[in-house]
Amino acid sequence: MNESATILSLDDLRVDFDTREGPVHAVRGVSWSLAAGQTLAVVGESGSGKSVSALAVLGLIPRPPGRIAGGRIAYRGQDILGMDAGELRRLRGNRIAMIFQEPMTSLNPVLRIGEQIAEGLRVHQGLDRPTARQRALDMLRLVQIPEPERRLDAWPHELSGGMRQRVMIALALACGPDVLIADEPTTALDVTIQAQILDVLRDIKTRLGTSIVLITHDLGVVAEMADRVVVLYAGQVVEEGPVRAVLRRPTHPYTLGLLGARPELSSRSTGPRRTRLTEIPGTVPSLREPIIGCAFAPRCALASARCRAEAPVLEARGAGQRSACWHADQMEIPV
Amino acid sequence: MSDLLEVRGLVKHFPLASGLLQRLAGQPARRVQAVDGVDLSVASGETLGLVGESGSGKSTVGRTIMRLSKPTAGTIRLSGQAIESLSMSRLRPIRRHIQMVFQDPMASLNPRRTAGDAVAEPLRNFGLASGAERDRIVAGLFERVGLRPEQMRRYPHEFSGGQRQRIGIARALAVNPELIVLDEPVSALDVSVQAQIINLLTDLQAERGLAYLFIAHDLAVVEHIARRVAVMYLGRIVETAPTGRLYSMPHHPYTQALLSAVPVTDPDALSQRIVLQGDLPSPIDPPSGCRFRTRCPMAQARCAAETPVLRPVADDHLAACHFAAPNPLGG
Repeated sequence: MNESATILSLDDLRVDFDTREGPVHAVRGVSWSLAAGQTLAVVGESGSGKSVSALAVLGLIPRPPGRIAGGRIAYRGQDILGMDAGELRRLRGNRIAMIFQEPMTSLNPVLRIGEQIAEGLRVHQGLDRPTARQRALDMLRLVQIPEPERRLDAWPHELSGGMRQRVMIALALACGPDVLIADEPTTALDVTIQAQILDVLRDIKTRLGTSIVLITHDLGVVAEMADRVVVLYAGQVVEEGPVRAVLRRPTHPYTLGLLGARPELSSRSTGPRRTRLTEIPGTVPSLREPIIGCAFAPRCALASARCRAEAPVLEARGAGQRSACWHADQMEIPV
Repeated sequence: MSDLLEVRGLVKHFPLASGLLQRLAGQPARRVQAVDGVDLSVASGETLGLVGESGSGKSTVGRTIMRLSKPTAGTIRLSGQAIESLSMSRLRPIRRHIQMVFQDPMASLNPRRTAGDAVAEPLRNFGLASGAERDRIVAGLFERVGLRPEQMRRYPHEFSGGQRQRIGIARALAVNPELIVLDEPVSALDVSVQAQIINLLTDLQAERGLAYLFIAHDLAVVEHIARRVAVMYLGRIVETAPTGRLYSMPHHPYTQALLSAVPVTDPDALSQRIVLQGDLPSPIDPPSGCRFRTRCPMAQARCAAETPVLRPVADDHLAACHFAAPNPLGG
């Protein structure tokens, strides 16, 4: 397969949620594409739409109150939004898999670990019991679970958070999907356990060539894991591009703000030690009201009358990245 | 200079409910050894960062110092006065000097009382101000923490997470304490809001000469705010030093691994990751000797036999490891 072939893409996706107080526009025209064999990070804070846009890929938006209000999602050129329930189920089992922040909510508490993995293999791939069990064991080995033979018969509650997340990854990868969507997979874990899980994900990408969509709020995780990054704010893409370029020379004030607000370990960074964190004043806008102009304008130091009137569109910048800002050329990047 | 807070040999064990059969058989009740011999001190106006992962006992240390939970053993002195066994009535006046801010302010705010009421409550409890005077003080606190005085009439659910944390801070400040114990005060917040709260805490400390015991799992946040840092693992402090020293020259293998596991955004970051194997052992039945030995890449027979004590490895720098040696992560 061509290395740069697009395997999964979102095109102008819009997702609304109907509430008593009117619709909330959670995703307001998001586009990104995942190249085969790559890791794409989708980064944003609470309410940015990062998780909702990923759930939409697998048809997991609860309806009602959720509703796809527009756009296209394509897997290998096939339109996902037009699929019927059966086609979607086959896609979910065999082609695109997803893992979540809290594995306990997606593991069945009354099924032993081995059974949960084997069940999917029997349903989706028609394997017989012994073959499915053997394959489940292989999967536990793949995610580096110690004593995998013993763990096959363990219950989910007997495992630590880190072990459960490994089981989730094993479960997700059992049917050999070529896309793994990982929604904040390490957010609930301690930092030393996070390091283990990120290692497992990197190993899987190398060994199986799985393409990964990594949804996270942590730019440090982005730097370690991803090839490309999409930065979301208030349901829209504000910047996207190769990770190195975006983190080194951000071209949107929000990306720059996120980097400045984040305390960094001085001993592991090459930049100067900051005495004060850069605040992004204010809070995210309400997604209930229509947003006129740039959604970030009320919190942006560079905002002008134009920003408050006219929404900027994504434009190509320097090193292969794109950003939606009228004043990207006035940004001062502390070196 | 004598320290504002001085904790020596702090132990907190939580007994587990044991079954009737076990009791009849005369088996000793099993206990969660959450904190097992912790020494720490905070000087007035300074910040001590207490870091550790879940299960390290760092929050239990904070809650025990606040006497929200009675210590099993050890001494806690505030300005020289022992408070570990004071009765609740004798403790009351002490609480004016030591306040606490929690991770989830929503859990510590009464949903049916206004934000202004929440901040006024300590003033009322200690009889420090009443009527218009109290309202004036509360309005001033609101302004100082970045809220508008008219927001005093609103209820907790009408505020964002960052604003609720500002209310929690205003409430802690109301009685003019000397020490604030902050338990994961920014870990539930988005990074842009987290920076606002960290800067607010830094400014308040400079203005009022406050001392902080800052308890957190985020090493980068702690490096930013603390002057000295103590690292906990499974109920014990394994290393303590001035911040710059601890982060650039960690001596304990756990501190080294912990620091190496933090993801940084610098694409040119110097990274030599030490990935620890396995999970945290149970605090009910911790490993003998050094509690970290089951995950330590350097562990030897001696580590199981002999508990390492905190010993000086340099000026003002202690590490509890038989084989403590510098690992300069920066170089």
